[in-house]
Amino acid sequence: MGFYVTQFMSGLAQAATLFLVASGLSIIFGVTRIVNFAHGSFYMLGAYMAYTVSDVVGGFAGFWGGIVAAALAAGVIGVVMEMVLLRRLYRSPELFQLLATFGVVLVIQDLALTIWGPEDLLGPRAPGLEGRVRILGQAFPQYDVFLIVLGPVVLALLLLLFKWTRWGTLVRAATQDREMTGALGVNERRLFTSVLFVGCALAGLGGALQVPREAVNLQMDVSMVVEAFVVVVVGGMGSLMGAFLAALLIGQLQAFGILIFPQITLVLVFLVMAVVLVVRPYGLLGKPPAAARGAAHAPEAPLRPAGLPAKLFGVAVLAVLLLLPVVAGQYALVVLTETLVLVLFAASLHFMMGPGGMVSFGHAAYFGLGAYAAGLLTKHMDGGMLAGLVTAPVLGGLGALLFGWFCVRLSGVYLAMLTLAFAQIVWSVAFQWTAVTGGDNGILGVWPAPWASAKWVYYYLTLAVVTGAVLMLRRAIFAPFGYAMRAGRDSPLRSEAIGMDVRRLQWLAFTAAGAMAGLAGGLYAYAKGSVFPTFLSVPASVDALVMVLMGGVQTIAGPLVGAAVFHGLETEVVRYTDFWRLILGGIIILLVLAFPKGIAGAADAWFGSGRSAEGRA
Amino acid sequence: MAALVVESLVKSFGGVRAVKGTSFTVDRGELLALIGPNGAGKTTTFNMVGGQLHPDSGSVKLEGRELVGLTPRAIWRMGVGRTFQITATYPSMTVAENVQMVLLSHHKRLLGWWTPAARQFRAEALELLARVGMAVQADRPSSVLAYGDLKRLELAMALANEPRLLLMDEPTAGMAPRERVELMALTADLVRERGIAVLFTEHDMDVVFAHAHRIVVMNRGEIIADGTPDAVRNDPHVQEVYLGSGAMFHGEPQGKAVVS
Amino acid sequence: MNRFARTAKSAVLGAVLAATATTAWAADPIRIGEINSYTGLPAFTIPYRNGWELAVEEVNAKGGLLGGRKLEVVSRDDSGKPEDAVRIASELVNSEKVVALAGTFFSHIGLAVSDFAARNKTLFIAAEPLTDAVTWEKGNRYTFRLRPSTYMQAAMLVEEAAKLPAKRWVTVAPNYEYGQSAVASFKALLKAKRPDVEFVSEQWPAQGKIDAGSTVQALNAANPDAIFNVTFGPDLSKFVREGTTRGLFDNRAVVSLLTGEPEYLDPLKGEAPEGWIVTGYPQEQVDTPEHKAFRDAYMKRFNDYPRLGSIVGYSTFQALAAAIEKAGSTDTEKLVDAMKGLNITSPLGPVTFRAIDHQATMGAYVGKVALKGGKGVMVDWRYADGAKYLPADDEVAKRRPKE
Repeated sequence: MGFYVTQFMSGLAQAATLFLVASGLSIIFGVTRIVNFAHGSFYMLGAYMAYTVSDVVGGFAGFWGGIVAAALAAGVIGVVMEMVLLRRLYRSPELFQLLATFGVVLVIQDLALTIWGPEDLLGPRAPGLEGRVRILGQAFPQYDVFLIVLGPVVLALLLLLFKWTRWGTLVRAATQDREMTGALGVNERRLFTSVLFVGCALAGLGGALQVPREAVNLQMDVSMVVEAFVVVVVGGMGSLMGAFLAALLIGQLQAFGILIFPQITLVLVFLVMAVVLVVRPYGLLGKPPAAARGAAHAPEAPLRPAGLPAKLFGVAVLAVLLLLPVVAGQYALVVLTETLVLVLFAASLHFMMGPGGMVSFGHAAYFGLGAYAAGLLTKHMDGGMLAGLVTAPVLGGLGALLFGWFCVRLSGVYLAMLTLAFAQIVWSVAFQWTAVTGGDNGILGVWPAPWASAKWVYYYLTLAVVTGAVLMLRRAIFAPFGYAMRAGRDSPLRSEAIGMDVRRLQWLAFTAAGAMAGLAGGLYAYAKGSVFPTFLSVPASVDALVMVLMGGVQTIAGPLVGAAVFHGLETEVVRYTDFWRLILGGIIILLVLAFPKGIAGAADAWFGSGRSAEGRA
Repeated sequence: MAALVVESLVKSFGGVRAVKGTSFTVDRGELLALIGPNGAGKTTTFNMVGGQLHPDSGSVKLEGRELVGLTPRAIWRMGVGRTFQITATYPSMTVAENVQMVLLSHHKRLLGWWTPAARQFRAEALELLARVGMAVQADRPSSVLAYGDLKRLELAMALANEPRLLLMDEPTAGMAPRERVELMALTADLVRERGIAVLFTEHDMDVVFAHAHRIVVMNRGEIIADGTPDAVRNDPHVQEVYLGSGAMFHGEPQGKAVVS
Repeated sequence: MNRFARTAKSAVLGAVLAATATTAWAADPIRIGEINSYTGLPAFTIPYRNGWELAVEEVNAKGGLLGGRKLEVVSRDDSGKPEDAVRIASELVNSEKVVALAGTFFSHIGLAVSDFAARNKTLFIAAEPLTDAVTWEKGNRYTFRLRPSTYMQAAMLVEEAAKLPAKRWVTVAPNYEYGQSAVASFKALLKAKRPDVEFVSEQWPAQGKIDAGSTVQALNAANPDAIFNVTFGPDLSKFVREGTTRGLFDNRAVVSLLTGEPEYLDPLKGEAPEGWIVTGYPQEQVDTPEHKAFRDAYMKRFNDYPRLGSIVGYSTFQALAAAIEKAGSTDTEKLVDAMKGLNITSPLGPVTFRAIDHQATMGAYVGKVALKGGKGVMVDWRYADGAKYLPADDEVAKRRPKE
């Protein structure tokens, strides 16, 4: 009995930390609609800063003062991020701020390493709460009791703040209807800045409070940010009470789940999220967002077929790509082949994300399924490369067909998070089903057929397949199918009223995107010679997202440019410096500021392919 | 001849009976206005005809064919066009493409993966746009249109599948008075030309009494009057209901009285 | 931070400056490609880099290799991704014209590069990866591994564990191949020595995300006599703190992999878990001449004490240099043949790269954790020579594919 009580309380303590971090994320999203990838970084910074204060000042005051100082400092850094960066992006295409915050994540990773060094830093135990209490005979840390109390206290304070202050009223109003607050004459800038302060301070507080529980380390950001998103989405975006309930649910399922099935640790939170979202498409306490009435983001301009200059440019690029093997060395061919594969991967994501309006945080699942199709065929059936390249899109497409059926019932960030949940489930299967997939050690020896094993042959093969696939996707965007996708995205109401089955269309688009990602994955597997769970991990999905956003989600050439630029930067910067994250992050931030519609979006606006001036309004 | 026959529609929301056995008909070439104070059940009725809501009992027949139980999509395919209170168009497309989109759906070409959409049904789309006076704007992005023009575009879209019944939810909401008259005059012309039956709800009593051929008045889920504008205007029961709600419309026909 | 800022190039430059004073270089340098997770795991890989930098500098100070060719290293970060490591390997071999590859920390990255090496017929010395597969199931002609494998380290600990009276065991290990194979080897080897023990519960926290409170409580509930721990890094510090507060370790033996390595022991400071039986590296206490020489040179060069990673980095390049000299050439096939059965004197003592499976016989120190002067140290330790903790040759032959 005592055991179950303490296990329950352990779950509560875990939930308190989750809630603190998630509440800040939820508030930020609710008001500004910013998907703040850097939230985990503020959590990590909070922990490091609290550690430093407590280390320098020492004792009771150093520890508790450090926690407060760290939270405030994290808030201030959040304000700086808002004023310098995010503020300039509120009228960019949706999710563009996500790219900016991704740059911030990279920069903070290297800054933290430079400031605090590589070694884990074990802080002091909490002065006054070092010991343990006995609960029904079981030892339980005093500090965890403190956390269990703190969680609801912070929730209550936030709710009071929202209920009784003018600021809180504005936050609630903005969460429900962002345009309304603009109409009410509220100073949106000040509101957003203050919200970033509170949200980031909460993240910093969550991190600072971890100091007595774990050594502060450089992996804290990534280990927290995904879970914080899960909590926010399971609870319902913008709902504090929901985030609290979700944190409780996840904390408890974790505490008791490991008793029944210890191996479940990898996938548990994602299983919870998938189930909750399938049953409740807006999370536990979330409400469907007020119907968007446009104006928040600049509308996409109508499609125009490529003009003569654009066509000539395309032909020129292709000609260069065809001639390159004559001059390029082996390594250049390797990088070029990879870039081509990633172009297809990004184009497939853009297909569902741009015209389809379905953002995916888990697109790597289908890329990875394609790669595993090739890998498993090689490992278990001695299948050849061509069979692998045929199976790859089929498996990617089947996966998308299955998961897409659930996903298209949702919209917006909920849809994106459900794709993430499915991707993590696929990842954990690949990671843990060692007998079949080789687990995290992957599948080795997935090399091209002998006739294609020369680098230049495989390059041409990839070039042919990718060009064909990308042109096919482009053709589809201009064809009725692509128009129907955009129609479903622009106005589901109208689309249903003119006889379109929007969900079925989206499902088809999702599947097509999955199949194309799978094809890219298959090509990638043979280019690399091995297949690993990292192919379908979160970072791979994020990379695809970054490529699409960097290029410009509203242009068809966007993903192509984005993939080439991002991969080029990634491979080159890494070669010349250890601080590649700082530099890559800095470049992303500069690109975001210079091209708020993406690189191709900017090029489009400058050179306009015969589109009327008002089309860019 | 009746194009739409609505019989004994009943709908409750958790114990509250919103519509209590509504019956009416709309003839071909007839403009029928469905009016009533807030909560009268007219939107519920409207949505049951359009397929957005399923009635608890009763029937809706379009030229003899039952619509109850069908999805909005299927109902549209049977020849029911629709416009919305707040226009629903495609801002990322040109004016012509908006109409082409409807035509593509009508001709079941949505899954086409090859021939560019912009080249399909363009002539038909331009013809429809010409009919509503939008031809000159055909290649502008619809996102830059004035609101009145958007309403006309929506009308063109609603006509694209050659509907036999047109459902118009507050067709003139949000428009300037002059535009209202123009739009309704255009609608009346189209109805006459094509023999379409039109069922519309409207808050602007000027519009209703100037353009409706017949008016159905609902109150508390029941039809309390059904007749020509003159008959309805003089119906004591209707006067009582509207007087009770504090609104007046039986005075000067040109008056600005608006029931809301 | 200073250490971090220095790139491989500047290290080479330093080496050049140190060496040109005495030697005129006879010919082109010999280039080695080096890949590791510098940004992913800096706590381990930065001391590791210091180690190989020292080795390279020493080689060049002595006049280089093959009659005066200096050793040059092209080092790259793999970002913790096997797919990136494979690309970098290709860059190093094709563009940078390196004669051999070395490095990697994570097992899956080591395996990816090993597979690349086999396909491209390039020598690869896997420095850190512990997975048994590198030299056994996925072994190939071109890959050698320096560190004692998971199996070997588990075997060293089993020797100690078998002496304990404990019968009821629980295990806690990170939920991936390293954790899984460590637990599997430990269980099998301990059962073989002590048929009376039983494993009553196991926990598999996600790597880097341990929910320490619940995990500790769950282990406690099984009421074990002893615990086998495989967690390390941030997970370890959380586990130790929660476990201490909740009394999990009271009156229980804990046997723990790698915990005695300075990389993992030192961050625990005054909370290092006393009495744990661990594998590790008591760097301040080992006073063999070869280790003293290494440690002094390292302290002098970097103004910091060596970690186990430093030993690994140093020995890897010692081995490479020795192989090149032994082969008398930079030809891959000759290098591979030279690596087979190569003997070097590492700071930990003599090490042989076995011809049978390309596994080096480097050992590890096995001892107990104690607190001294507010920090954890290893006591009662001994050097467990890796050669003694490998299975019989015929069993190895069964697990390794034929060449």
